[in-house]
Amino acid sequence: METTMDCCEDMRSPATSRRAVLLGGASFAAWAYLPKFARAADGRDPRLVVVILRGALDGLATVAPTGDPDYAGLHGSIALSSSGPNAALPLDSFFALHPAMPEFARMYREKKAAVIHAVATSYRDRSHFDGQDVLESGFTGPGRVQSGWLNRALEGLPKGERVTSALAVGPTTPLVLRGAAQTVGWAPVALPQAAEDTAMRLVELYQHRDPALASALKQGLALDKAAQGDDMKPKPGINGVGAMRLVARGAAKLMAADDGPRIGALAFDGWDTHANEGGPVGRLAQLLGGLDGALAEFETGLGPRWRDTVIVVATEFGRTARVNGTQGTDHGTGTIALLAGGAVKGGRVIADWPGLKPANLYQGRDLAPTTDLRAVMKGVLKDQFGLAERVLTESVFPDSAALKPMQGLVG
Amino acid sequence: MARDSQVALVALHRFGLGARGGASGDFLNAASDPRGFVKAELARPNGVLLEVPGLQSTAALGKAVFDYQFEIQQARDAAAKSAAPATEGQSPPDAKAQRRNLSLNSIAMELAPKDLAAKEPSKEQPAKPPENPNAAMAPTEAMRPNAPKPPPAPLNIIQKTFRAEALARLQRAVIADCGFTERLVVFWANHFCISANKGGPARMWAGSFEREAIRPHVLGRFADMLKAVEQHPAMLFFLDNQQSLGPDSRAGRNRNRGLNENLAREIMELHTLGVGGGYTQADVTSLANVITGWTYAGRLGQLGAPGTFVFNANAHQPGAQRVMGKIYDAPDVTQGEAVLVDLARHPSTAKFIAGKFARHFVADDPPPALVARLADVFTKTDGDLKALATALADSDDAWKAPLSKMRSPYEFLVASGRLLAQIPNDPGRYLGALNTLGQPLWSPAGPNGFPDSNAAWAAPEGMKLRLDISAQIASRLADGVDPRDLLELIAADAASSETRRTIERAESRQQALALLLMSPEFQRR
Repeated sequence: METTMDCCEDMRSPATSRRAVLLGGASFAAWAYLPKFARAADGRDPRLVVVILRGALDGLATVAPTGDPDYAGLHGSIALSSSGPNAALPLDSFFALHPAMPEFARMYREKKAAVIHAVATSYRDRSHFDGQDVLESGFTGPGRVQSGWLNRALEGLPKGERVTSALAVGPTTPLVLRGAAQTVGWAPVALPQAAEDTAMRLVELYQHRDPALASALKQGLALDKAAQGDDMKPKPGINGVGAMRLVARGAAKLMAADDGPRIGALAFDGWDTHANEGGPVGRLAQLLGGLDGALAEFETGLGPRWRDTVIVVATEFGRTARVNGTQGTDHGTGTIALLAGGAVKGGRVIADWPGLKPANLYQGRDLAPTTDLRAVMKGVLKDQFGLAERVLTESVFPDSAALKPMQGLVG
Repeated sequence: MARDSQVALVALHRFGLGARGGASGDFLNAASDPRGFVKAELARPNGVLLEVPGLQSTAALGKAVFDYQFEIQQARDAAAKSAAPATEGQSPPDAKAQRRNLSLNSIAMELAPKDLAAKEPSKEQPAKPPENPNAAMAPTEAMRPNAPKPPPAPLNIIQKTFRAEALARLQRAVIADCGFTERLVVFWANHFCISANKGGPARMWAGSFEREAIRPHVLGRFADMLKAVEQHPAMLFFLDNQQSLGPDSRAGRNRNRGLNENLAREIMELHTLGVGGGYTQADVTSLANVITGWTYAGRLGQLGAPGTFVFNANAHQPGAQRVMGKIYDAPDVTQGEAVLVDLARHPSTAKFIAGKFARHFVADDPPPALVARLADVFTKTDGDLKALATALADSDDAWKAPLSKMRSPYEFLVASGRLLAQIPNDPGRYLGALNTLGQPLWSPAGPNGFPDSNAAWAAPEGMKLRLDISAQIASRLADGVDPRDLLELIAADAASSETRRTIERAESRQQALALLLMSPEFQRR
């Protein structure tokens, strides 16, 4: 346990804001009861981390198709550019990465990171909850919330396999890891919470329905800020960058241990960028910086285990190709998934690019999905843990017989 | 259908404690027969009593707390004699700062995730000062049942009792069908409040006071409740009447001490006539004289069984007294009982109670016609509280008035627990959140009880804290629930399109649930 405590040192300073106190109560699962693993014959000791981005990530703003002639016009004022200040980081002649992600760019150059673009689950509507259910349950439609595909993958592993338990980060187990197979939980001191976003949505609702409560809440929020002695600026260590790093650092240390979990899942909130999404700088940039930092923490924290690690970053759906009237984007369809880790065959953007001409957009609005996210997951599970295709199709991703596991993502 | 939903909302929120989650069918039941749904609990004989195995009588609790305090005192005396005074009164250097931050610390502890398989006590959690009056509310070990913990300070008998009483009350509130009678219990307990913060006996008796003096009469007669309250050891202790001596009584002369008007004043000002109810200072003094000798037996049981109400003739001011123009000349406890009967029947009392009742259930400024009607019922039925509650539930005014009141913290937390089917098996989270939101259980700041207005509960800091607590609840409980379904459960088509959209568009279940708990549909009643 000692090894995992120092990830929280930052949170104990007297300057800790009330938000941190509210989220306080660090708790660490007791690992000691987990059995030691037998070494596999090939010497590999694979690890898999699934990171869920809740709120629907704008894939076109994160890995921008700067080579597509329609991109800049659609994404308007928030479009990335390969030149000028805050230039996007080129990945190949067509795609460029958001400048807030230099670590991922480095991993990509080192061929330890890859992008899958124009990807989506089988969900085609626009509800976050339903989209997250589909993403995490692994079923073709919403409403199946009893178990997640990662838990069923765990169950599908042959008995005596090295991986015997999985780590759920957060106050509750994300759906993707919920189910019959045993999991263990760890709640870091401060999970990034979209609390300000929640408060703003509530103020908006009150303004329409209950002006008295709107006024009281606005004053309360203002008092709270004043008491904390700062303004609207994100607080390092609490929101965004700092908190995501802390979470990743703690999870990585747990997963790096000899008897630690080999599979982990965690979720970052706050990606619902309807307004003021920002371009190379701004709100999304802040979030992407946090995610980039979290990936770097995993790399550092996993140490020698990084070599056999795959991190999959996925979101419930994408956002509209066209920027909306409030400098943001609305719920869309096609987006990206990111792979990072020493085991990733990286340095590639994998995409069957549909193009952004109006006629090529899904429903005239969204990047059209050309790759099913389940194929990516199936490929990763097959390569990392040797799960049989039969298991992947029958129990992990039911009704996915037509989807072959994507080949060669790991190796 | 829209109208039925609106009426169901009134039944569940204005009169009750909100719809329960799961398959309770509360909303449909409330929509199909709203008045029947509300009044069903009134018809249940003894339904308002709270009898839970393990909860003891005031007398038994009194004996336990006297014995406990006696032991502590003896240990303290022994230590003072034998040891250097180094340990006496010592408190950690950060004790003061911590007290200032009590609510924040307690919320962090109360709401810390406790569902994980195992955990260690947080390093962030400062040790409590030894005499922390709220220690009973948030013991660390209860928060972290599986924790490999340092030797915990065991709960003392007072803390254990308080938590057991709180748990019983919370469980009843969370599982009640409608919750109307529980709302009535809370109303009357607040009208006749004591504060557990007064000291050991008050904390020990807070629950039994409510069970013994309030609940049996919530659907009975006001005069009976009044007598039970004013003769209950908890009230006598809270308002110091056990110290009040008739100046001319044997005890008063022997000890050269006299009257304490505290209880007499609150009986007239807060319990019956109300400020401006027509009494004078002379009436207060007279009543104080009348109730001298109203006390409870102590540890040694010289006057009766320890912890029971007794009339101590030695302390009673002899002679007749004039109260509100009438002479009371009985020589014993019946003198005071006769005054209480008359105060209960006084027109000012009817007016005062009717106004407070309507203000609590209907609006900060209730319809005058409703108040008049309730006062009339109160008078005509000689203070029949079931008739009063029935008149409220039968009144069109109470059903038509817009849902403008803010749920109190207690109502909000219980409603959340009901919606999310969180029947507590440990009161810690509820108690901690009640502290944070300014309504610590059974511990109002003064004898006038907790405030009952929007100004008090929709205040800026309170709203911010409510949001924080809603977010905490949501972060623990949102998985596996669909906030869209929950909105159907609490409001169905009475939900505004804005609220519906706000919840549907939330970016995660957690956020959606926090927004639902904060929505006007959930907060207003």
